[in-house]
Amino acid sequence: MSSVTTLPEVRIVDADKRRRAVLIVVGCTLIIAAAQYLIKLGANQLSAQQQHSIHGGTISAQAAIVGIFTNPSIFSGYCLYAVFTVLFVFALRDGELSVLYPLISLGYVWVAIIGVLAFHEPMNPLKLTGIAIIMAGVTVLGRGSTK
Amino acid sequence: MTTPASSIVLVLVAALIGSFGAIFLKSGANALTKHWTSVAYNWRLAVGIMTYLLSSVLFVKGMSNGELSVLFPMVSVGYICTLLWSHLFFQERVTHVKLAGVGLILVGIVFLGFGNAAH
Repeated sequence: MSSVTTLPEVRIVDADKRRRAVLIVVGCTLIIAAAQYLIKLGANQLSAQQQHSIHGGTISAQAAIVGIFTNPSIFSGYCLYAVFTVLFVFALRDGELSVLYPLISLGYVWVAIIGVLAFHEPMNPLKLTGIAIIMAGVTVLGRGSTK
Repeated sequence: MTTPASSIVLVLVAALIGSFGAIFLKSGANALTKHWTSVAYNWRLAVGIMTYLLSSVLFVKGMSNGELSVLFPMVSVGYICTLLWSHLFFQERVTHVKLAGVGLILVGIVFLGFGNAAH
């Protein structure tokens, strides 16, 4: 990194690209969270429909696969996963795998927050601690690797 | 409620396969140029995406049966593997900052796993 022969401008461009890659992946985690929200929403709708049938609320594998294509929420959720994959590959071109891959764990933070806000799951001190520590880890990893 | 060994194995295998998927995605991404054929004939990207899909199917299957506090933190095995693979295959450096960042994330995931299981 601190090789004497490396021109300063080259290092700056490199750092800029890496920073952009980190920001893209952070954006990607929001897309994952949105995708999981939509899929959960759709799964809840499917399970409510199944409630009236013989299956009594449990979704069969067959119904789940049909649901991917017939339920707009689930379908858009999986489309967002496709968007995530494209963006993640773009980020990987400029950034280090060892930095970008663990950053995806930020998705768990958003999913936990969405669970509380949208699906009324209870928040507890353990979750809150976990969220704070993951965010700290992502900050260390994301900032430390772009310097 | 106890966690069946089959679920633990499924989640661990899913994490391992997912980390392999990341290697293929990275090497596919490295091969990308401005030309469209670099996407169309990029078998590494295709393998990466298929591996990722397989990993998520196994993951969902494993997580559906067992304690979340045990299974959820096992995701992080994938991060440790990826740190190792990216050093082996792409000569990325394992720095103190990376270890600290991944270490914090692992601890956070363990807390989140127990928090999710609490209700």
